Amino acid sequence: MARYLIRRVLWIIPVLFVVSLVTFTLMHAVPGGPWDQDKRLPAATIERLNAIYGLDKPIWEQYVNWVLGIIHLDFGPSYQFKDRTVTDILAGGILTTIQLGVMAFILAVSIGLPLGIIAALGHNRWPDYTATGVSVIGIATPSFVLAIMLILVFSLGLGWFPVTGWKGPNTWVLPTIALAGFPIAVITRYTRASMLEVTRKDYIRTAHSKGVGDRAVVSRHMIRNALIPVVTILGPILAFLITGSFIIENIFAVPGIGKYYLTSIAQRDYPLLMATTIIYAFTIAFMNLVVDVLYAYIDPRIRYS
Amino acid sequence: MASTQVVARGAIEPRATTGLWREAWGRLRKNKLAIVGLIAVSILMLAAVFGPMIAPYPYDFPDKEALKAYGFKPLPPMTAGHLLGTDQLGRDLLSRLLDGARISMTVALVVQFVVLFIGVPLGAMAGWFGGRVDSFVMRFTDVVYAFPDLLFIILLSVTLKDTPLGQAMDGLLLVFIAIGLTSWVTVARLVRGQMLSLKETEFVEAAKAIGVSDRNIVTRHLLPNGNGPVIVAITLGIPGAILAEATLAYIGIGVQPPRASWGYLVADGEKYIRSSPHLVLFPAICIAVALLSFTFLGDGLRDALDPKLKGKQ
Amino acid sequence: MADADQDIPALERATIIEVTPGAVEEMHRPASTSADGRRREQKADVLLKVRGLSTHFFTPDGVVRAVDDVSFDVGYGETLGLVGESGCGKSVSALSIARLVPDPPGKIVAGSVIFDGIDVLKLNDDGIRKLRGKEIGFIFQDPLTSLNPTLTIGYQIAEAIREHMGLPEKAAKDRVVELLSKVGIPRARDRLNDYPFQFSGGMRQRVMIAIALSCDPKLILADEPTTALDVTIQAQILELIERLSDEFGTAVLLITHDLGIAAGMCDRVNVMYAGRIVETATVDELFETPQMPYAWGLLDSLPQLDDVRGEKLRTIEGMPPLLINPPDACRFHPRCPYARDLCRQDEPELTRRGNDLHLARCWATEPGGWIA
Repeated sequence: MARYLIRRVLWIIPVLFVVSLVTFTLMHAVPGGPWDQDKRLPAATIERLNAIYGLDKPIWEQYVNWVLGIIHLDFGPSYQFKDRTVTDILAGGILTTIQLGVMAFILAVSIGLPLGIIAALGHNRWPDYTATGVSVIGIATPSFVLAIMLILVFSLGLGWFPVTGWKGPNTWVLPTIALAGFPIAVITRYTRASMLEVTRKDYIRTAHSKGVGDRAVVSRHMIRNALIPVVTILGPILAFLITGSFIIENIFAVPGIGKYYLTSIAQRDYPLLMATTIIYAFTIAFMNLVVDVLYAYIDPRIRYS
Repeated sequence: MASTQVVARGAIEPRATTGLWREAWGRLRKNKLAIVGLIAVSILMLAAVFGPMIAPYPYDFPDKEALKAYGFKPLPPMTAGHLLGTDQLGRDLLSRLLDGARISMTVALVVQFVVLFIGVPLGAMAGWFGGRVDSFVMRFTDVVYAFPDLLFIILLSVTLKDTPLGQAMDGLLLVFIAIGLTSWVTVARLVRGQMLSLKETEFVEAAKAIGVSDRNIVTRHLLPNGNGPVIVAITLGIPGAILAEATLAYIGIGVQPPRASWGYLVADGEKYIRSSPHLVLFPAICIAVALLSFTFLGDGLRDALDPKLKGKQ
Repeated sequence: MADADQDIPALERATIIEVTPGAVEEMHRPASTSADGRRREQKADVLLKVRGLSTHFFTPDGVVRAVDDVSFDVGYGETLGLVGESGCGKSVSALSIARLVPDPPGKIVAGSVIFDGIDVLKLNDDGIRKLRGKEIGFIFQDPLTSLNPTLTIGYQIAEAIREHMGLPEKAAKDRVVELLSKVGIPRARDRLNDYPFQFSGGMRQRVMIAIALSCDPKLILADEPTTALDVTIQAQILELIERLSDEFGTAVLLITHDLGIAAGMCDRVNVMYAGRIVETATVDELFETPQMPYAWGLLDSLPQLDDVRGEKLRTIEGMPPLLINPPDACRFHPRCPYARDLCRQDEPELTRRGNDLHLARCWATEPGGWIA
């Protein structure tokens, strides 16, 4: 098991490498530069700016320099916000984004799992229909539509929560729900399907034949085995939460790092773009690792091989 | 449990053999949700194909007359010959929704095409050759899979926006390619799995003994047999593609206005949501219908093609 | 007597039985008392009394009458065999006894099951739970799928013990180790924390036997316990079951499609076909004087040592019938070479054949029938 984990940890490095390389190459391969956006600068100024920021060097050298900088956690200066470094800009935002993602994840799991279990246990009766109904709505509603609906009803309509901002629990509610909507639906579906499949397994019959009570059969035998396939989709769910967060941040004006991603592409702010991309990629990879650990913990067959 | 072999009383009749597909179709037919999904998908396809012909107005035509009469605000449904109303520029919502259908359905199909184009050969190669090739391809898919896909799609879409590639088909082509590039991993893995399990079967040995070339074995025997799960994966992958395109359009990337992607319509109508909710409601409904119908259909296909009937009595 | 115009070679063959490899040669089994003389407290005259049991499955295609009016007894300490083809209802009968048939779609629609004087079908949920695992133990066919892959075997064996015997932690563990040793798993104490996938097929079945015996039940229902195992392991497992049931005085209801196994282990045998019992007899009588063409066919189909090489194996033509709407006729008649009009019109009852223990369901072999 230790070997398995070490391999997974080491795997993160090439992934980050490829992600950053692709991003870097794409940005530099396309015509245009960071100084195009402002008023038309004289050519001499552009040349000087390029020299200051090292943009006149060959691309591979620029990339290497960037990588070297990363290792020291120096993400470089921002091209658009010329008086600040990238680290400066992102520091506060990272925590916010992570907080939003984690909250949404916790919400999704704590609603999705029980809902799926209840649906399966009450198969073809009202708990099933309710849970399936909820999950259908979740699948059919893109996060931005859900966000708009939530704002309409709970902010503008009932006035319970503010529309935008990120100060205090009051502002956390709507963005978290909007982000968690789709994951709740998916987790519910998967858990339900998995539980239904486990119900028909032979070892459940064995458990009953020992005289184990229904509740114990469910908690001891069913749930653990049913969770195994569900854990495998938690990876993509987390990826969704991380990447989808920036849409939500956009709508609710949450000061995370999301908005910087979009603007830095448009403004050709390479350092900022690279930094945000790497942060996203790393978070996803790390979360996948956590999921893998969880998976190995739940399924002894993985642990011992 | 119960035996269900068929013997008429007194006589011995062998069971009529049906092919895998006919049996699957029989099971699919009984699945009500799947049939609803199938019908909805068909309607969407028809709308996409015949949209421009049946639309009451061109999707980018501002009905200035009606606008003037209504004080330059979006028209509510059922006014002045606009069944679903208009937006703030007087453009008929129904016609724009039909254009959106065309966009979404095109995304649905073309993206899957790209997925097949990349995923199937890669998966087949990995599965068939095994060994180093397999490892290499698998590592490659691991990296692609770990890529934050939405970010990559956005990156691609924004940076290439002003290139000829980015301008083709109002930006649609770029969207297809971008989404397709990040979605092929599941199919590749499936095909590889099928390849691995079928590779060792006897009919492959037999084909080799006759001297059928490797390539022909793969293309004529193995691939057609592994169809089922791939078709399910494709169908279930469509909602993801539609959602991705809608999300992109919402933030203004991808398909360019005045094309009426549903995502764009939602963004556009958001400003008027209190006074003219239909501008957001109808596109949202369209998106919901599209996502659900493919999901139900995909679920139905999966249950129908699965030899162990799941859950249904 | 009836016309003996039909050739009955099967009867003759039946008297020379060569058993299939893997079965125990012994053909005579003692009954009732246990090897160490321990007498079990007997609350009734027979341990298990099944009368008119009918279990039907309600499917979208119709009602499948998997078990139709089945009656039999199992004596204390006796080993009874339930033999038949796949789908004849033998497994469902056993599951019905402990009410383990999945509902939906299955339901016990008629009959009574009296276990040790207790009316099983009338018990509430709590009552039946107390019976399962404690008084009735199960051995299922496939030990790989019948064991929970995510729990240690130590836990799974101890589960019934903890549920029913209320032993403290250490005592329970000791008992588990004792059981594991008894079923022949070496270094038992070390293996308590191992998982099922770490055992071989034969070992896993031994674990299942340990589970079945964990609370010293009065009856063990063994559903094809060796079908999923290698032939060489089969003999070991069967021998183990036999030895342990002797030692503890446990009755065994052995379900199998393999006549050889039944011959080796059982005191009495019930032959089932299409949801009905079609013949019941002591082992000796069944193999020496079977009274039903189906039984003849079964015995005949056993490969014999003196078979000529290259000759086709003998089978019973045809397939078992649909159990959805069985006609009121002998269920075997489409495949029976001796069938006559009577067989098509009316279903025969189980009637005596010479003594109270030997019953058969066949018009032809009844006294006055057309086969002597």
